[in-house]
Amino acid sequence: MDIIIAGIGQTPVGEHWELSLREIAFHAMQEAMREAGELKPQALYVSNVLAAQLSGQAHLGTLLADFAGLRGVEACTIEAGGASGGAALRAALQAIQAGHVDTALVVGVEKLTDKIGPAVENALATTLDADYEAVHGLTPTAQAALLMQRYFHEFSPPEYALGGFPLIAHAHGAGNPNAMFRKAIKESLYQRAGMVSAPLNMFDAAPDADGAAAVLLARADLLPPDLPKPPVRVVGSGAATDTLAVHDRPDPLAFRAARLSIERALHQAGITRQQVDFFEPFDAFSIYAALSLEAAGFADRGQGWQWAQEEKIGLRGELPMMTMGGLKARGNPWGATGVYQVVEAVLQLRGEAGENQIPNARVGMVQCLGGPASTAITHILARD
Amino acid sequence: MEISRHWRLKKQRYALIGEVCPHCEAKIFPPRDVCPECGDEAKTEFAFSGRGKVYSYTTVQNAPQGYADAAPYTVALVQLDEGPMVTAQLTDLGSQKVEIGMPVEMVTRRLRSEGDQERGMLVYSYKFRPAEFQRLAVAAD
Repeated sequence: MDIIIAGIGQTPVGEHWELSLREIAFHAMQEAMREAGELKPQALYVSNVLAAQLSGQAHLGTLLADFAGLRGVEACTIEAGGASGGAALRAALQAIQAGHVDTALVVGVEKLTDKIGPAVENALATTLDADYEAVHGLTPTAQAALLMQRYFHEFSPPEYALGGFPLIAHAHGAGNPNAMFRKAIKESLYQRAGMVSAPLNMFDAAPDADGAAAVLLARADLLPPDLPKPPVRVVGSGAATDTLAVHDRPDPLAFRAARLSIERALHQAGITRQQVDFFEPFDAFSIYAALSLEAAGFADRGQGWQWAQEEKIGLRGELPMMTMGGLKARGNPWGATGVYQVVEAVLQLRGEAGENQIPNARVGMVQCLGGPASTAITHILARD
Repeated sequence: MEISRHWRLKKQRYALIGEVCPHCEAKIFPPRDVCPECGDEAKTEFAFSGRGKVYSYTTVQNAPQGYADAAPYTVALVQLDEGPMVTAQLTDLGSQKVEIGMPVEMVTRRLRSEGDQERGMLVYSYKFRPAEFQRLAVAAD
């Protein structure tokens, strides 16, 4: 059965002290529903990681269905760490595929800025192995730094080899009205940036922020002929897990789940990775971008850093990446991030990406990761 | 206070007690009752020597609650001599520069305080310090 994305919505990513969790989510949901015209959602899947801890609010499915005027629909929260957005989308696809519903709304929402400092670090660290990682004072950022340190030790790339990923992300963010950072940065700024968790510097980590994004899915055969927006098809979906704790892996630098989820998604779509026109990777940390390229098979092991250049991943490059700024410049509103990635891919496929539009975008690949690919979920989208 | 949560991990935290697989002899830490190598049941206790090497390391500047007083601190992936890898803090470093491959040994140290400093529960656990011969070499310099 063909499933299409009939509507998308997003809020600008940033510090939204004026908006509550329910308001920011509603904004994105309303936009997606408005775009879908007559199609009404029969189910609501909420992607969120931290609301129980940072907003003291669980039970988001019912809260948001109620607040958005959808009382009566089935609703629940889906959580898979940083991969929650992809997991919620996949749950919605499965519900439609199984014939339980004809339409489903997916909303990713995160409200990170109501708390600051150690309380936020604490909440983020709950996505690690609590008993064997977080208890030792590890944070997601420090965990990425451990991988980056080892990567430089094993493969000896040049000192600032990963800098191209954040530089290109920022250049692309400049053209995205919803990005948190809309300003290109110079290479010298990257090289002078302060260390967050050496060797990982300030520009190697995406900023955590508030945001909400939504997509409305529907069975293709139910589409009204006068749908306001050109439909985008979800042609492949793949999910995989690895060990939760990074120390339990025989090779921590191999993003095994990332590879598996891509293989599964490509297989379902019936295409090869060479047929993908652009790739939205999960660049929460610049080392993740390199390791994801290697896991996907675009780069050889230890060579992913060589892709951190304009000719490769710029908007006119071989495989455009982070086309609307990626996590680095758009920002990382955890539970919402995976949905933002899909919304951005839809903009590219509809030809609505404005100054960031890549030419002839027909097939896009979107991947979100929970931790260092402890969970990996990949979707392939295509325009008709 | 989460007393039971920390209490039930005392063997692991204080003595690096893991498991050995009775079928394929794989050493397992943390214990998980199912051998990650052969998939069979593995419930036989095994005490690790506490010796290992640094696989990777970093410095934590922005620490979570309960760890802020200790920041910045060094966290490492330590490959134990028996095979498994653990995440742990490095301690007693003095002027010693941390390097990948550096031999380290387990010690028991305070990890964090739960609640306020005066009355909160103290959590102790394994940390790793430079191996003895390494420390003597630095002292002799």
